[in-house]
Amino acid sequence: MKDEIKLMKGNEAIAHAAIRYGADGYFGYPITPQSEVLETLEAMMPWETTGMVVLQAESEVASINMVYGGAATGKAVMTSSSSPGVSLMQEGISYLAASELPALIVNVMRGGPGLGTIHPSQSDYFQATKGGGHGDYRLIVLAPSTVQEMADFVGLGFDLAFKYRTPAMLLADGIVGQMMEKVVLPPQRPRRTDEEIRQQCPWAVRGREGGRKRNIVTSLELDSAIMEKNNERFQRTYAEIEKNEVRYEARFTEDADYLIVAFGSIARICLKAIEDARKEGIKIGLIRPITLWPFPYEAIREAAKNVKGILCVELNAGQMIEDVRMAVSDSVPVKHFGRMGGIVPNPQEVLDALKKDIINPTECKA
Amino acid sequence: MKDEIIIAGFGGQGVLSMGKILAYAALENDLEVTWMPSYGPEQRGGTANVTVILSDEPISSPVLDSFDTAVILNQQSLDKFESKVKPGGVLIYDPYGIHRAPTRTDISVVPVDAMEATIEMGQAKSYNMILLGALLKMRPDVPVEAVVRGLKKALPERHHHLIPANEEAIRKGMSLVKD
Amino acid sequence: MKREDIIKPENKVYSRPRLLDGNVMHYCPGCSHGVVHKLVAEVIDELGLEADAIGIAPVGCAVFAYNYIDCDWVEAAHGRAPALATAVSRLHPEKVVFTYQGDGDLAAIGSAETIHACTRGENIVIIMINNGIYGMTGGQMSPCTLEGAKTATTPYGRRADLNGFPLRVGNVVSLLDGTCYVTRQAVHTPAAVRKAKAALKKAFLNARAKKGTSFVEVVATCSSGWKMSPEKSNKWMAENMFAHYPLGDLKDTTVEKPAE
Repeated sequence: MKDEIKLMKGNEAIAHAAIRYGADGYFGYPITPQSEVLETLEAMMPWETTGMVVLQAESEVASINMVYGGAATGKAVMTSSSSPGVSLMQEGISYLAASELPALIVNVMRGGPGLGTIHPSQSDYFQATKGGGHGDYRLIVLAPSTVQEMADFVGLGFDLAFKYRTPAMLLADGIVGQMMEKVVLPPQRPRRTDEEIRQQCPWAVRGREGGRKRNIVTSLELDSAIMEKNNERFQRTYAEIEKNEVRYEARFTEDADYLIVAFGSIARICLKAIEDARKEGIKIGLIRPITLWPFPYEAIREAAKNVKGILCVELNAGQMIEDVRMAVSDSVPVKHFGRMGGIVPNPQEVLDALKKDIINPTECKA
Repeated sequence: MKDEIIIAGFGGQGVLSMGKILAYAALENDLEVTWMPSYGPEQRGGTANVTVILSDEPISSPVLDSFDTAVILNQQSLDKFESKVKPGGVLIYDPYGIHRAPTRTDISVVPVDAMEATIEMGQAKSYNMILLGALLKMRPDVPVEAVVRGLKKALPERHHHLIPANEEAIRKGMSLVKD
Repeated sequence: MKREDIIKPENKVYSRPRLLDGNVMHYCPGCSHGVVHKLVAEVIDELGLEADAIGIAPVGCAVFAYNYIDCDWVEAAHGRAPALATAVSRLHPEKVVFTYQGDGDLAAIGSAETIHACTRGENIVIIMINNGIYGMTGGQMSPCTLEGAKTATTPYGRRADLNGFPLRVGNVVSLLDGTCYVTRQAVHTPAAVRKAKAALKKAFLNARAKKGTSFVEVVATCSSGWKMSPEKSNKWMAENMFAHYPLGDLKDTTVEKPAE
């Protein structure tokens, strides 16, 4: 199977995986560090092979609304962007959630706030997991840490989005977007036929075929009694997702004295720090949430039972740490270590932070 | 086997593509590999660098603070990365344009007159391949044959006629390393 | 003669269009939306597009268009209907996709999506109701509000030095290479209604024939927003709006004559 192993950037892997999944459409707008997604799709011309539509939109606002329109017809459609562009998409994402439409949104995060930097960051954790747009909604959020996961989570994201009729987000960062490593691409699947879409998505707006009753996709409901019922339905879906779809990776947790919780590419840097620490006789475990929502509260609670402290490592000022603290309450000390503005800490810095804040915490506290 | 490599220089010197060819060679040789570039406007002129890790085991972090091997193409990069080479490691650099030479004595410092050789050979675009040759001589992580196969994957087909010239430059680079 | 003797199929001279369902419209008395809805429903029916037409509804008074015209609909975010229509049309090239928008939705917040859908020449119909006001939100100034017109946000009349000039949207999009047909119509008289219907029919046929973007602007009244009776609104529109927004075709690159 050697020929099936490719070397490519994470962003390129997303484009390949989308075509191979049998996605129907991609709508996007260039922004560093994810432009290779659109560039790769345009270069591969999937409209001539699978029939997938690829369009460079006039803005991220237009992109997400193209996704909204396409998703309303039952098609598997996606967009990708980076932090400032994803901010522009928030209204559309809220509409997708409210209209119960499946779609895939990729955010290859860069440092903010504002125009910020083009360099890697994880500072959109709150935006992605707590609802970046208006209203009570959730996104299924998948955090890839390898190029392989960039490819795999495209299909997973679409599958979950269709299963629960809700948008999913692939929350990556500039590291895993820009780095190249080995990847085995998924096999090419055919795009769903019209008949399959009709079966799977009876709600889809596709024209009143066969004289059926008209389908309307809307997020508007002025009758508060009905709107509350709609919200209750959304919440039931979210509860189902929380019950069924929590995903995480646990490494070295069995005998660990300390625990690191980190997601995405930074978890790999932590893993290197953990490997180095083992050489010094320090036993650290790693929990890497793969679904940031639903969050693996239970797994972290379990893993925390036998450790003396938890270090949350993030490329931000401390966002996921709130969920980790929620998982463990006050049972163990939980500290944050992170870099911001596009700075990526190296494994040694992670280990130093763990030693300083968790293993030998100083007496002096602010 | 594990080789953690930093290649650094000016944008346009072929830093990223040198790393990419090495990465493809590793793929050809069934090694695990990561290629992590500095990205953005740097590609258009400022400093550029790429971290390439070759290993026969799965690679955790693609971002590193110290390196087994450094290939340095300008002064800024030398200033930045000389101290990041692990003791016992290798630092390859082109003395062309370097006014503060490396001073480490606990590593192998290997000057390679790549620019001079490029001018001699009349092939400005082979510059990075000469340095890649020097790297392969010092760190035989992958055989030259794998690099040639890697070039076929890294280069678009319309550039495949340049592969023999690249191979020649790689062998020239290998010969420039004094035993 | 009894009432029952008169109500017979052979005596029928007018009926509600088949695709305009029985829901009571929320529009104010005298509003032009009802007439344009009726025309759209008639055109879809007469062209046999019942199973092929997909409408994109706006935000604004026509947000509930999907409650009245019996075809599939997606309700867009404010101003984004042309972006949705772009995707729906590209993913379903065999369907006929139309947007139905007001001038606030289309020409203010949605100006970028409008310009780019038109310049890409998407095979869609864009219908813009130009009544020069934000009706739904209570009568504020819109891009097409005439100079001097009093609205909730121009209580002393629109002033060009403060609020800019009224936007001739049809003229703007007629300059874009992707549009094949741009026309400005009204529905204030029976004759105007007939012309508007012919224009809409042509636009839908253009989409069916994949000729590019057709843009039908309908200069319209908003009795509530203008604070005039329906009758006076029509008169005021003819006297004032038509001067700035003259009726007629602004562009037609198609060769066929309007199908009537």
